[in-house]
Amino acid sequence: MSTKQKKLNELSQNEAARVCGFFENNKAMVVKLREIGFAEGDEVEILGRGLLGGTPISVRLNQTVIALRTREAALVKVESGA
Amino acid sequence: MNRSSDEQVLHLALVGAPNTGKTTLFNGLTGGRAKTANYPGVTVERRTGQFRTPAGHTVELVDLPGIYGLAGRTLDERVAVDAITGKIEGESAPDLLLIFLDACSLRTHLHSVLELKALGRPSVLVLNMIDLAKRDGMEIDVKALEKALDIPVIPTNAARASGREALINRIDDILDQTRQHPGPAQTTISPSVLKSLQIEARKIADTVIVKEAGMNVLTRRLDGLFLHPLIGPIILASILFFMFQAVYSWANAPMDLIDHGFSQLYGLAKQIQPAWLASFLGDGVIAGLGSVLIFLPQITILFGFILLLESSGYMGRAAFLMDELMRRAGLNGRAFIPLLSSFACAVPGIMATRTIESERDRLTTIMVAPLMTCSARLPVYTLIIAAFIPRENVWIFNQQGLVMFGLYLAGVFSALVVAFVLRKTATKGETQPFLMELPSYKLPQWRDFLLGLWQRIWVFLRRAGTIIFTVAIILWFLASFPHSDEGIRGSFAGMIGNVLLPIFKPIGFRLETVIALVPGMAAREVVVAAMGTVYALQGNEDQVAQSLSHILQNAWTLPSALAFLAWYVYAPQCFATIAMVRRETNSLRWTLFMVGYLFALAYLAAFVTYHIAMYFTG
Repeated sequence: MSTKQKKLNELSQNEAARVCGFFENNKAMVVKLREIGFAEGDEVEILGRGLLGGTPISVRLNQTVIALRTREAALVKVESGA
Repeated sequence: MNRSSDEQVLHLALVGAPNTGKTTLFNGLTGGRAKTANYPGVTVERRTGQFRTPAGHTVELVDLPGIYGLAGRTLDERVAVDAITGKIEGESAPDLLLIFLDACSLRTHLHSVLELKALGRPSVLVLNMIDLAKRDGMEIDVKALEKALDIPVIPTNAARASGREALINRIDDILDQTRQHPGPAQTTISPSVLKSLQIEARKIADTVIVKEAGMNVLTRRLDGLFLHPLIGPIILASILFFMFQAVYSWANAPMDLIDHGFSQLYGLAKQIQPAWLASFLGDGVIAGLGSVLIFLPQITILFGFILLLESSGYMGRAAFLMDELMRRAGLNGRAFIPLLSSFACAVPGIMATRTIESERDRLTTIMVAPLMTCSARLPVYTLIIAAFIPRENVWIFNQQGLVMFGLYLAGVFSALVVAFVLRKTATKGETQPFLMELPSYKLPQWRDFLLGLWQRIWVFLRRAGTIIFTVAIILWFLASFPHSDEGIRGSFAGMIGNVLLPIFKPIGFRLETVIALVPGMAAREVVVAAMGTVYALQGNEDQVAQSLSHILQNAWTLPSALAFLAWYVYAPQCFATIAMVRRETNSLRWTLFMVGYLFALAYLAAFVTYHIAMYFTG
């Protein structure tokens, strides 16, 4: 299977992917995303989305669950099909 | 704190991510005997407790707010970081850090252990919930972890006494080993620093995790239900509905009991001579105490529910479900919890805003918290509705119930509008992020539950109680002096009422109503008792409420009554709330702004209601 880079919020539900980087245009937010646990190589999977506008989203990050808005999720680069 | 005088006492700080079991262990070690105080200059609670190690060392524990790292943003988190790094005035850094890590999320959160360790303080890793990790199929090589981190690692079980013992058994060894000078603190946090910490942490995780587990199955299944876009909100609404039902139905009996008790005391006090003393004790002290304690049953039940929702892990899901709706109003999903508490009383609600990250979001939440219908408004609503709204059914709904529900909705709706307007004007700024870990679901521990409940009630009594009580005494004075044949009408309160009357006349309030609003400053529900006094009634509170309802039916018109209800949706008059807003915003301007806008909205709503009702009733 070939790998494909996209933003975390662009994954479809239950599509397996790994974090491969961050968009550094919002440094403060990247610090927070990293502190709560997002790091290169981590497994991510979208578990669910909110009713209004599909946000916020709940994401499985390794064994933990993180809730965040699509805006913040768009700062996380992921590789799907890896 | 003076460290030189208590050389023997060792200071331990519990640090780590939220929901890693810090408070459970704290309660276990200290036997629940905690002292709460505030950190100097800020209103964050500082929870400390003591215990004795087997070798006889006295250890003081401090339970710090949860942090993921040192880049703390919320008021709570900043205090935690300052406490660890010894930046709090008059307090040196702790002698030992007990760093908590949830074993299930070792891979995800290990880098924050490295970040804390890099501070150079003596540290111990408490690898908590190891039993739950094992149950999920995870295997960790603790010895290897200890070696890789070069600090002691103590695996503990969630909430079980055995977890505590593992720590107690090793604490003396650790204390002896770690009494050394700390190295230089590293506190600059940037994405690149974090990235290297994460790379190191993931490497360690790869070597120490013998067998990786999948995600907690129960949590995954429950989230499929609780976070379902359609079923999730329905479940949340049902939980809230049940909660409010419980608050109002379960609280009735104990409230009657408290009420009855205070009526008895009141009767006894009234027999005391001289008459002014009887009035002071009865109408001042006992009535003042009664107006604080009468809230206890409802507040206890509401806090109990909130604690259960928090400790089970559901509260984060509620914030998740509410986030988008609240974002559209300019708030944050995290504002849901403070606003929910405000339905009991705005005072604890405002205190709970400390977990909101952005100062603007926090301020906006504080400003709208008093619009949630607090339990003090209920006696007022009940009195007026019973007197003026017929007990008939509209379709299957009771008309009185509908009006009550409408008043609740009016408050919530106004809060959303006010928040929206504020975020476009006074608290304008970028949309703030929503980012939180959703903990795995857990059964609440009854011991933590009871201790937490007691702690919250105590804080409420201390904060709100003292203010309400003091104000009640002052207002008793205003309503009782100078003595005149006209009773309260000739008193200072009567005079103030007379001066204020022209302001309130256009919204249909009569002199009696305005006079009653003056003592009603203490707490909103005091207006009911005050109205009884104005209309010169005798007897206990139950009789007052009953006959008052008859008197009002004759003395007031329907438009006046409806205007009064509309006023109370916004009613700014609560000294405890005003004082709490002053404390928490640390700004007189914002406090005055809140009082001003609530007053303006109350006036406007009453004015519009009065005139529309006048038009329809001729």
